[in-house]
Amino acid sequence: MSVAALPSAPTLPRRRSVVIDFMRQQPLGAISFVVIVVMMFAGVFSRLVAPYDPLDIDFASILGPPSWEHWGGTDAFGRDIFSRIIWGSRTALVIGFTSSLLGSSIGAILGITSAYFGGRIDDWIQRFVDILLAFPIIVLALVVVAALRKFVIGGIDVNLIYAIAIPIIPRVARVVRAAALSIRTMPYVDAARAAGYSNSRIIFRHMAPNVVAPYLIMFTAFIAQAILLEASLSFLGLGVTEPTPAWGLMLSGNAADFYREAPWMILFPGAAISLAVFAFNFFGDSLRDWLDPRLRS
Amino acid sequence: MDPSRPLIRERSRLSGVLLETASLLPRILAVVILALSGAVRDSHAQNPKRGGTLQFAISAETPHYDSHGSDTFATVHFAAPFYSTLLRFNLDEYPQVIGDLADGWTVAPDLMSYTFKLHRGVRFHDGKELSSEDIKASYDRLRDPPAGIVSTRKATFADIDTIETPDPLTVVFKMKAVNASMLEHFASPWNAIYSIKDLAADPNGPKTRVNGTGPFIFVEHIKGSHVSGRKNDDYFRKGLPYLDGFKGVFTLQAAAMLNAIQGGQLMAEFRGISPAERDRLVQAMGAKIRIEESSWTVNLLVVFNTERKPFDDARVRKALAMAIDRWGGSAGLSRISTLRSVGGVVRPGSPLAAAPDELAKLPGFSRDIKTAREDARKLLADAGVPQLKFQLWNRNLAMPYTPAGIFLVDQWRQIGVEVEHKQSDTSPYIAAMTNGNFDVAIDFSNLFMDDSTLALAKYLSFDKAPQNMSRSKDPELDKLYEDHIRERDPAKRKALVAAFEKRLFEQGYQQPLLWWHRIVPTHKSVMGWKMSPSHNLGQDLAEVWLNV
Amino acid sequence: MLRYTLNRVLLMIPTLIGVAVLVFFMLRVIPGDVVEVKLRGDGGAVSQETIEMERHRLGLDKPLIYQFKDWMVGLATLDLGTSMWTDRPVTEEIAIRLELSLQVAIMASFIAVLLAVPLGTTAALMRGTWIDYAVRIITIGGLSIPSFWFGMLIMITLLYLFNWLPPITFTPIYVDPLANLAQLVWPALAVGYRYCAVVARMIRSSLLEVLNEDYIRTARAKGVYEKLVISRHALRNALLPAITVIGIEFAFLIGGLVVTEQVFNLNGIGMLFVQSVSRNDFTLIQGMVMLIAAFYVAINLVVDLLYAVFDPRIRYT
Repeated sequence: MSVAALPSAPTLPRRRSVVIDFMRQQPLGAISFVVIVVMMFAGVFSRLVAPYDPLDIDFASILGPPSWEHWGGTDAFGRDIFSRIIWGSRTALVIGFTSSLLGSSIGAILGITSAYFGGRIDDWIQRFVDILLAFPIIVLALVVVAALRKFVIGGIDVNLIYAIAIPIIPRVARVVRAAALSIRTMPYVDAARAAGYSNSRIIFRHMAPNVVAPYLIMFTAFIAQAILLEASLSFLGLGVTEPTPAWGLMLSGNAADFYREAPWMILFPGAAISLAVFAFNFFGDSLRDWLDPRLRS
Repeated sequence: MDPSRPLIRERSRLSGVLLETASLLPRILAVVILALSGAVRDSHAQNPKRGGTLQFAISAETPHYDSHGSDTFATVHFAAPFYSTLLRFNLDEYPQVIGDLADGWTVAPDLMSYTFKLHRGVRFHDGKELSSEDIKASYDRLRDPPAGIVSTRKATFADIDTIETPDPLTVVFKMKAVNASMLEHFASPWNAIYSIKDLAADPNGPKTRVNGTGPFIFVEHIKGSHVSGRKNDDYFRKGLPYLDGFKGVFTLQAAAMLNAIQGGQLMAEFRGISPAERDRLVQAMGAKIRIEESSWTVNLLVVFNTERKPFDDARVRKALAMAIDRWGGSAGLSRISTLRSVGGVVRPGSPLAAAPDELAKLPGFSRDIKTAREDARKLLADAGVPQLKFQLWNRNLAMPYTPAGIFLVDQWRQIGVEVEHKQSDTSPYIAAMTNGNFDVAIDFSNLFMDDSTLALAKYLSFDKAPQNMSRSKDPELDKLYEDHIRERDPAKRKALVAAFEKRLFEQGYQQPLLWWHRIVPTHKSVMGWKMSPSHNLGQDLAEVWLNV
Repeated sequence: MLRYTLNRVLLMIPTLIGVAVLVFFMLRVIPGDVVEVKLRGDGGAVSQETIEMERHRLGLDKPLIYQFKDWMVGLATLDLGTSMWTDRPVTEEIAIRLELSLQVAIMASFIAVLLAVPLGTTAALMRGTWIDYAVRIITIGGLSIPSFWFGMLIMITLLYLFNWLPPITFTPIYVDPLANLAQLVWPALAVGYRYCAVVARMIRSSLLEVLNEDYIRTARAKGVYEKLVISRHALRNALLPAITVIGIEFAFLIGGLVVTEQVFNLNGIGMLFVQSVSRNDFTLIQGMVMLIAAFYVAINLVVDLLYAVFDPRIRYT
């Protein structure tokens, strides 16, 4: 998991028709954005969009193939797979957004602090970042999920969000620090300091805006990584648990046992994960290409 | 949302009865298969062929080699071919007990002393000749282990007073009190006989060194990969074993195990697979795979933490039990999981088990689930918790814990109870259970044989039985249990067990949900292995041969 | 250069110490312990005193600070302790499985780098064309498709189409190369796809950046052959950040093998890690984390030094 190091701090263009401009320059990126919007719509309005209740067990119609009644077929408990995928997008988006937001924001704060204050503070923060980066994600994830008392809101374990956010922090911190460092050495920061402006004013007024673009890009990219990480954790049994619908969870357990009778049990959830992560990744990619002034054709 | 939803509910109710009848068909089929395979085996039993290596799957790896201090089947499947026990089960006439190291035995009429005569000329794999002092040393280790040694089944030998060895081929066990199941305990596969020399040199030796009197000699154990053994030419049962050797491969993923059997790399899995896995193998391999089925001495239980409100109220427990449609659920769950048989405190079909009609009178076993659920709602309202919400702790194993959890959550939804299904790794799960940090949990009871002293012990008062996760204290149950251990008349024993069952379900502290169903796949060429209701029996592989 | 190297090596130590401290305290926070799992895990009826006795034997009843002291002292002497589940030395448990995981990781990186360099280079050189888009889609696919799902699909395809399966037990490559490769090439593919994608993207973006530099424009203006421009000037400078990524991603591969080894039932350290975590085998977990952290830190060091060798500017920061 890595996002290529940013060449320099890209800036947000100050044009009115930003959206049109983006669509023209990055058509595939725009398509990805549409996919994301569709996903969000499905996630927010799951109750209306999904034809069945995702928790409804029906032993009479287990392992049914895709049909008019069940677009995605049914799983080993007779639950409608299409509905579970719709509701699964809610799980994926909630976890993806919140973990990425939490992780990226904390990482950005750490990065800016590190860059601005420099010296000992920078050293200590960098050590901390190094240590966090040296841990396999699985260890961090397991300990957080198991150590804190389970605190569930709407069927999703909040500790899972912490567990995914934590590996994101050091990665964002690194990149943001690099971006902020390039600003710090600029003369106008020294001038502002000489003029007696407070630290926080300098940080917010001058440094932060230049960090916004890389932050946005990383935020998008890490939503993708968060969704992937959640899927892996659920697959190992450490993430979302039954009967909450979640894509990674739908791939674990005995889904693989039924690969002959019911291959749709494996195909659809995996495709959903791939599509969602793909869309976010591609969108982030297009965003970066579009925002980087030096790469504009 | 979906207009056909009410139809599904109705359909499942109506078809519940049909499904239940239909579920009898596999049972009949199983009997037929068993009978046929028995007939086929019998016709071949006259001409077993020698040679070959049996490669089979063991779906868990044992942490060490000492079955005295282990309670996982992984140790038995690993160690049984290397060791012998005093007695063993005759799987052709289960639960009859026959001699292993013991040539013959006498039991005093008052059941207070057991005298065993040992085979002559038995040797350990290192050459030392077996004598009665080896038996004594092993059983002393079992009932009173030295410091630092774990004997997991210590309590079962509490009734032994002294062990005497009047001559090298005779052992006499003198009892403190009558224990009607004592003979079966001597046949337990966990009570391996170690050499007194080895134990004297290092009491913990059996954990890391294998030296037994069994049909196979230890060759190697590659961690995470496999264990292998070769034929013991000096085995005391002359003419056995037929195999040249065996290789037990650790397959920690069910999918990998099935793939290997399908691909011909492994010839059997002796613990048990799920119905879906069986169907997959049958479809892929056709006549090349043999499937044997039996009910299993393992079950899943619903446990209420009686030290937490509102589960200290018997009405709440009873209501939650009544909401569960065992008969209907069994039909569905038996198609996708190893859960199948509806039963009480002992395995349905075993000698002391109650008949289905008697079971149906107990709360939680009603055939009329609609009325039962209405009554349950009323009971909850009476108890003052009509909108109950709680957490259900469960292990995160796909088979069959996950389906059981999903099933229970659904059943309790039907009476308006909201349940959060918490699945976790074994470690936090056990921690929560032993510390009483749960509301309701799914527990399991894993018995190695149909012994009511073992089966019922789980429900005794918490101070007597640490394995009682509901933390209940019920002196009436304790008394019924004590009486039944000492009762020698089988009919009276059965009545005591029935009374115990009735009291347990009325109070509902913890109760079996469904009993498991054992399905064992073996390649057509594997002969001589015998099916039984326990996955810990018959694993010495002495009489197995390959028909190639 | 020597000072730079020394500096970097010294920086490794506080990082490793930090990891050791953090992993120790994080683990002891988890409820439940290995003794319960070992003795009660299969429904046994063990008395509380037996549990206490085992705990005492494993040193789990000592105050936390003493256990910590034992751990740190042991680390200093490179003694990772004994597994609480099997009572065998941690180093032994890991060594048995390391060969397999290392081989898969190396094979994966081989496949990855072999494919990534041409892919990334072509995409950069043909920027904006359909080739570029195609490569971008392929590489983002590699980042998006969960490697365990990809692994499952591979297994299912093998079974469905060829009715063939990889061998189930591990044979070292020097014993039976065919059986060895037949088992390990599939997980290497599953893991390698993602790795390839990351590296290809890095090569593409850093090559693009380099191609915009002034000295490239100068070289072109001078009339140097395009091929020479690319290979002598552009690629060499572009590969540097790529090496960083190759190194770092390789270190993370080991941790990432966890899910893949589950799918393919491989007896590797990923599988060992999951098992030790579910059994709460603290010493084994600690040992594995330290090894992986040391590995990561060592690779970082190598990458940093390589960077300094090729880019003299770095040495003076």
